[in-house]
Amino acid sequence: MTLPTGVERHDFDGETSLATQGQPVYGERTDGDWRRWDPHRSKLGAMLEQGMDTGLEGGETVLYLGAAAGTTVSHVADFGGPTYAVEFAPRPVRELLDAAESRRNLFPLLKDARKPESYAHVVEPVDVVVQDVATRGQARVATLNKQFLTDDGRLLAAIKARSEDVTADPDAVFDSVRTELSAEYELLETARLDPFHEDHLGIVARPRED
Amino acid sequence: MSNGWFAGLDPDDDAAAVEQIEAGRAETPEDWPQQAVEAGFADDEAAYYDRLHEVTMAATSTAVAEREGADDQQLVHAVRAMADCERTANELAERVAEWGGSRHGDSGSGVEYARSLADRTDEDEGDTALRALAEQTAELADEADSLRAYIERTAPAVAPNLSMLAGPVLAARLISLAGGLEALAKKPSGTVQVLGAEDALFAHLKGNAPSPKHGVIFTHEYVRGTRREDRGSAARAFAGKLSIAARIDHYSGDRRPDLQAELDERIERIQARAEEGDE
Repeated sequence: MTLPTGVERHDFDGETSLATQGQPVYGERTDGDWRRWDPHRSKLGAMLEQGMDTGLEGGETVLYLGAAAGTTVSHVADFGGPTYAVEFAPRPVRELLDAAESRRNLFPLLKDARKPESYAHVVEPVDVVVQDVATRGQARVATLNKQFLTDDGRLLAAIKARSEDVTADPDAVFDSVRTELSAEYELLETARLDPFHEDHLGIVARPRED
Repeated sequence: MSNGWFAGLDPDDDAAAVEQIEAGRAETPEDWPQQAVEAGFADDEAAYYDRLHEVTMAATSTAVAEREGADDQQLVHAVRAMADCERTANELAERVAEWGGSRHGDSGSGVEYARSLADRTDEDEGDTALRALAEQTAELADEADSLRAYIERTAPAVAPNLSMLAGPVLAARLISLAGGLEALAKKPSGTVQVLGAEDALFAHLKGNAPSPKHGVIFTHEYVRGTRREDRGSAARAFAGKLSIAARIDHYSGDRRPDLQAELDERIERIQARAEEGDE
C-alpha cells in the first residue's frame, strides 16, 4: 500500500506510527515537525493502517463531514490541499477552530451535513469526501453529498453501526448501508475497522455517473 | 445558476462576508475559486483561499458563540412565561365563557370559544366589553404559542440530547424545574423522575402517601403510553436516560444519537410486558 505524500511511518521513541507534519492539535506525540496520527482516535487513520486502498496521493481538495474537534481533519489538512471541515455541534467546533488557526488550507464550517445546500455556496467540487458522522442515516448523508464529488472522486466513509441501530447486528446494519449506498456509489473496498474502532465499517467508493 | 458566498460582496467587507458564509445558500457547488478570480473578488486562487480562511474562521467562531449563547437561563424564563400565559389564558377563557353564556346562551368553553366571541359584532356596550376581554384572552393564547415555538427553536441548541429524547418543551420544563442545565445534570435520575411531583413526594416522606412514580415526565408518551402497572419502570428508564442526556449536554455538548435508540429499546421491552401478561 502506498501512503499519500505527506504521510509517513515515523518513529516515535521506538514506536513506529503514521504521522503528518504540522502543529500538534490534541496532545499527540511529536518528533520535530512530525505528529503522530493515532489510528485509535481516527477512523481515516485506521483505514490507512488497515491497508485500505484509499486512492489518496496527497494535495487533494477535501470535503470532510463530521470534523468534530478536528483530530482527523487536521492530519488531512497537513497532507491535503484546500480542506473544508463541516461539523454541526458547536462545542467541539471551538477546538476545530484552534486546529484551523495554523492551517491556512483548512476552512471550518458550522453546518449540518444533512443540508448540503447550506454550504454549497462555499465548498467547491472536491476530489475526496471523507465522512465520519455519528448520526442515523449515514448512507443518506453520503448520497446527499455526492454532488460535491468530481467524476473520478472518492468517498472515504466510516460507518458506525451503533448510530444506525444499537440493537441490530452490525453485519446486518452494514449490509443495508452497503445496499443503500450502491444506488449512487460504486463500492471499491469495504473493511471492518477493528481492532481500532469496534463495529465500524470503512468504505472506499466512487460516484456512479448519473 | 447558483451564486457563491462572495457574489456581490465588497472584498474588504468582513461583516457582510461573515453573514454570507453563515446564511448563504446554493443549489449546487461550483468552481468558486475560479469564479471569484474571474469576478475580480480575488487576484488569484491563493488570495481567494487566504480570504476564505479568514472569513470561515470568523463566521464559524461567531456562529459557535451564537449557538452557545442560547443559554439555559433564557430557556427557563421562556418556559415559565409560556406556562403563565397558558394558565392565565385558560382562566380568562373560563370567565369569558361564563359571561358569554349569560348574554348569548350559546355557551362554549375554552380559548376556542373566546376566539369565536372575539369575531362577533357588537350590539351594545356589554358586547364591546365582553369582546375586548375575549380578544385579550385569544392574544394571550397566541403569545403562549409563540413562546412555545421559541422554546422549540432554542432548546435543541442549549440541550441537544435532552431535547432529542424528551422533546424541546419537556426538556425546557425539566431544566426550569431543576433551576438550570447544570443543576439538572447534577441531580440523580431518581430526582429527575419525580421533578414536578414535589407535593406528592413530600406527602410520601411524611409517611401518609405512596411514593410518586413520575413528575412532569408523565407528559411524555413513553410514560403516559405505558400501562399503569409498568409506568414506574418506564418512568425510571426514561428518567435514567434523560439524566445521562443532561450530563452529556452540560459537560460535553456532543450529540449521541445512540441514546435515542437505547431508550426506544428499553421502553419497547417494558411495554411488551403488557402483551406477555395477556397470554
